[in-house]
Amino acid sequence: MAAVHGDAHGHEHDDHHPSGIMRWITTTNHKDIGTMYLWFSFAMFLTGGTLALGIRAELFQPGIQILQPELFNQFTTLHGLIMVFGAIMPAFVGFANWQVPLMIGAPDMAFARMNNWSFWLLIPAATLLVSSFFLPGGAAAGGWTFYPPLSTQGGLGVDFMIFAVHILGASSIMGSINIITTILNMRAPGMTLMKMPMFVWTWLITAYLLVLVMPVLAGTVTMLLTDRHFGTSFFNAAGGGDPVMFQHIFWFFGHPEVYIMILPSFGIVSEVIPTFSRKPLFGYSSMVYATASIAILSCVVWAHHMFTAGMPAVGQLFFMYATMLIAVPTGVKVFNWTATMWRGSMSFETPMLFSIGFIFLFVIGGFSGVICAIVPIDIQVQDTYYVIAHFHYVLVSGSLFALFAGAYYWIPKWTGRMYNETLGKAHFWLSMFFFNLTFFVQHFLGLAGMPRRIPDYNLQFADFNMISSIGAFGFGMTQLLFLYVMINCIRSGEKAPQKPWDGATTLEWTHLPTPAPYHSFEKPPVVQ
Amino acid sequence: MRSKSAVTLAGVSALALYSSMAVGSKYNLPEPQSVIAKDIYDQHIVLLWICLVIFVGVFGVMFYSVLKHRKSLGYKAANFHHSTAVEIIWTVIPCLILVAMAYPATKTVIAMKDTSSPDMTIKATGYQWMWGYDYLQGEGEGISFYSKLSTPRAQVENKAPKGENYLLEVDNRVVVPVGKKVRIILTANDVIHAWWVPSLGIKQDAIPGFIRDTWFTADKPGIYRGQCAELCGKDHGFMPIVVEVMEASEYSKWVAQQGASAIKTSMHVEN
Amino acid sequence: MVNSNNTKANVLMMKKLLVFTLIMFVFGYALVPFYEKFCEVTGINNLLKPDVSVNDKNWVDEERWVTVEFDANTRGLPWQFKPLQRSTRIHPGESITVMYEITNNSEREVIGQAIPSYSPRFLDKHLKKFECFCFTKQVLKSNETRQMPVQFVIEPGLPADINTVTISYTFFELPDGASTIKK
Repeated sequence: MAAVHGDAHGHEHDDHHPSGIMRWITTTNHKDIGTMYLWFSFAMFLTGGTLALGIRAELFQPGIQILQPELFNQFTTLHGLIMVFGAIMPAFVGFANWQVPLMIGAPDMAFARMNNWSFWLLIPAATLLVSSFFLPGGAAAGGWTFYPPLSTQGGLGVDFMIFAVHILGASSIMGSINIITTILNMRAPGMTLMKMPMFVWTWLITAYLLVLVMPVLAGTVTMLLTDRHFGTSFFNAAGGGDPVMFQHIFWFFGHPEVYIMILPSFGIVSEVIPTFSRKPLFGYSSMVYATASIAILSCVVWAHHMFTAGMPAVGQLFFMYATMLIAVPTGVKVFNWTATMWRGSMSFETPMLFSIGFIFLFVIGGFSGVICAIVPIDIQVQDTYYVIAHFHYVLVSGSLFALFAGAYYWIPKWTGRMYNETLGKAHFWLSMFFFNLTFFVQHFLGLAGMPRRIPDYNLQFADFNMISSIGAFGFGMTQLLFLYVMINCIRSGEKAPQKPWDGATTLEWTHLPTPAPYHSFEKPPVVQ
Repeated sequence: MRSKSAVTLAGVSALALYSSMAVGSKYNLPEPQSVIAKDIYDQHIVLLWICLVIFVGVFGVMFYSVLKHRKSLGYKAANFHHSTAVEIIWTVIPCLILVAMAYPATKTVIAMKDTSSPDMTIKATGYQWMWGYDYLQGEGEGISFYSKLSTPRAQVENKAPKGENYLLEVDNRVVVPVGKKVRIILTANDVIHAWWVPSLGIKQDAIPGFIRDTWFTADKPGIYRGQCAELCGKDHGFMPIVVEVMEASEYSKWVAQQGASAIKTSMHVEN
Repeated sequence: MVNSNNTKANVLMMKKLLVFTLIMFVFGYALVPFYEKFCEVTGINNLLKPDVSVNDKNWVDEERWVTVEFDANTRGLPWQFKPLQRSTRIHPGESITVMYEITNNSEREVIGQAIPSYSPRFLDKHLKKFECFCFTKQVLKSNETRQMPVQFVIEPGLPADINTVTISYTFFELPDGASTIKK
C-alpha cells in the first residue's frame, strides 16, 4: 500500500519546513496530519472497495466463478476490517485534525508529536492487514467480528490481523486523548462548552467513547492471541471458557464502535445544514443531549447482536428495549435537522445534497435498525442480507455520505480553491442512485432467506444479486469521480473567497483567510 | 428549473415503481408455517406500516421545505432556533410508538423461549460442514443420521445446470410429524453454526461445548428449507437444513423404516 | 477559558486519560470473571463442582414428574461416548444415578475432559450433582471402555412449567500433561 500513500504527498506547497517526504514524516502540524489521515483513509476506502467489488463480482451469478470459498471469506473479512478501521475511522480523525483546532480557535492539537505518531502507526497496521493476503493460508477469514472458535482455527493471517487491530487501537486511543485534551483545554477565550460547534461536540463524545471501548477491544484480541498460542482458554469450552463470552466482550466494544462511526457524521451534517439553510441549528442543546444519550445508551445494547446465541428471555427483552430506546434521541436529531431546514433560505450545493441524502438514507437505515431490534424479527433477519443492507444504509449512506459532505464543505478552506460544482452534484446523484441500487434489494434478499457471508446461493436470489452487483460496480466507479473532483480542485480549482458559503458562522470561516494559513490562531480569537 | 422538476418527477416515479415491486412474496419473509413464524410475519408487516407512515410524515415536511423554502425562490430565512414544547412532543411520541411496538414482541419472545412439554426432542449437531441429527425422545427415539448437501459439485462449478433447490437440498432430511411440538437441542462439534429454517420462524446458534434449545410446531406437511446462518468456515454456504413435515401416520411409517434399515449410522463414532 | 499554552494542564489531562485507558483495558479482562460470576448467579454455566453430599435429605415432590434427557458429544477426540439410557422420568427431589459409557477407539492413550451443558440454562440452579465424571479428567488407554456415573437430584424448586430438561456432556481432548480445569 505504500505506493498509494505516496500519492498523498504530491500536492502540497508549503515552504518554511523540511521539504519532500521528510516534511510529511516529521510534521507535527495538525493540517498536514489531517491531510495525511484523509488521503490514507481514501486509499484504504479504495482498497476495501476493491474487495467489495470482488465479493459482488462473485455474487453476480449463482455458482462459484471468481473467488473460491476460502478466498471469498478472506475478502468479506478484510473488506469489513479495512472499511471500519482503515477507512471510516481514520477519515473522521482526519476531519477532527483539520477542523477541531480551526473551529475552537486553537493553534494546533494539544500533543503535536503524539499526533504524528498516531498517524504513522496506521501505515504498519494497514500493511499487516493487506499483506496477510499473501501469507500461506491467506488472510483472516472468520469475518470482521472474528468469533472464536473459528478464528482460533485460522492461520498466520489471524495473527497479522490481531496485531493490526492492536496498532490501530493504539493509534485511535492516542488520537482520542489528543482530541479530548484539545477540546477541553485549548478553546478560544469566550467559547464555552455550550457554544462549541456541533461537530466539535460530537467528536468530544466520540473520543470519550473511543477511550472507553478501544482498550476493551485490545483486551479481547489479546485474549484471542493467548488462546491461540499460549494455551489459555478464555474462549475455549474445553478449558472452561466460553465462546459466547467473546461475543459479549467483542460487542461491548463493537456496538459503541458503530456510534463512533456515526456521531461525527451527525456533527458534520449539523454544520452543513444550518449553513445552507442560512438559519441557526434548531435545538442546539437538545442535539448535545441527544448525542450524549446515544453514546451512553450505545454501551448497554451490545447483546442485540447476539439474540440468536441463546440468552435468557429477560436478557433478550432488556437488550431489545434498550436498543429501541436509541431510536428516540436519533429521532430527535432528525426532527431537529428538519426543523433547521424549515423556513430556511436553502440552496443546494454538493455538501447540502450529501447532507440531505444522508438524512434520507440514514432514516431508512434507522427504520431497519428498529425492525432488527425487535427480537422475534431479528431472529429471522440476523446474519442475513437484511442486516447487510441495514448497516450499509447507516455506514455508507450514513458515515460515508457525511464524510463526502464534509469534504466538499471544507475543501475550499483547506486548499483555497473551489471544487467543480457540476461534477460534485453528479457525484452525489450517481452515488445516490447506485447506492440504492446496490443495497435496497438486499433487504429483499435477507427477508427471503439469503444468509450473509456465503459465496453462492439458490437461484431464487439470482436477480436481486445481479442488480446489487451492477449497483456496486456503479457505486465503485462513481467514487473515482470523487477522486477526480478533489484532485481537480486541488490542482486547478477556482480561487475561493474567505467565506464561500454565506450562511457559515463558525470560526474557520469568520476569522481565517482562505486557504487557512499553515499556522492559524496563534493568537486565540475572542468569541462573543 | 424545469429540467430539475422533471428529474425529480422521474426519480419519484422510479422509486414508486421500485417499491410497488415489493408486493410479491419474494420481497418479504417466506410464508409462515408455524405460530411463531406467523407472529413474526405479522409484526414485521405492522412495523413496516408504522415506519412508512413516519417516513412519509417526516420527509413530507422536509421535502415541502426543500421545494418551498429555497433561496432561489427568494424565500427569506426565519430565525427561530428552539422550542421546548415541540421538542418534548417529538421525544414523547416516539416513546409511545416504541411501547406499542414492544408489547407484541415481548409476548412473542416469551412464547419462543417456552421449550417445555415437547412431544419430541431432536438434537442437531453442527459439523464443518454438515449437520448431524439424533432423535433423543418421543416417537422415533434412537434415530440418528448425518445430513449433507446433496447438490452435485458440477452444479456449483457451473458444469451442469442448476436445479430448483440448488444448495438447499440434502441427502437425509430431518423428518417430523405435523402439529407436534418439536424441541431442537443444538450443539456443535467444531465452531459455531446456526440452525435456521425461515418458514418455521426458528434460528438458533449451535455452540461447541454447550447446548441451546428452541422449538417449533409445523402447521402443515411440507418441505421447509434453510441454511447455516453463522459463518463457520470454507463451506459455510454449503450446509443447508431441510425439514420434512409429515402427517402422523406417514411419520410412523418413516420411523419404522429407519428402524428396519440396517445402515444406521451412529452419531458418536468419530472419524 | 484555559490558556492555549497551558501545557501542564494538557499533560495532566493526558495522564488522566491514559489511566482511564488502562482501567478500561483491565476492565476487558475483568469481564471474564464478571461473566463467569454472572453465569454462576444466573446459573448459566456453573459446571464443574459437586454441589452437596449425598446425605442431604431433600423433600421429594411425589406429585410431579420431570423428564430428563441425556445427551453426549465428543469434540476432536477419537472416543465413542453415550449415555446408557436416553431419558428418564423422575420426581423433583429424588436422587438418581445414570451411567455413561466411553470407549477409546484409537491406539493411543487419550485424556479427555467432559464439559456439561444444560437446557434450560437455568437448570443449573436446581440441579445438584453429587458425583460426576466431569469433575475430573478422564484418561483412557487405547481401546479401553469405561462406564461412569452421574448422580444428581433435581430440586423441587424447579419452576412448575418446566417438565423436560436436558443434561448434556461434551468431551474435549486435553493435551498431554494438562491439568484439569481450574475453577
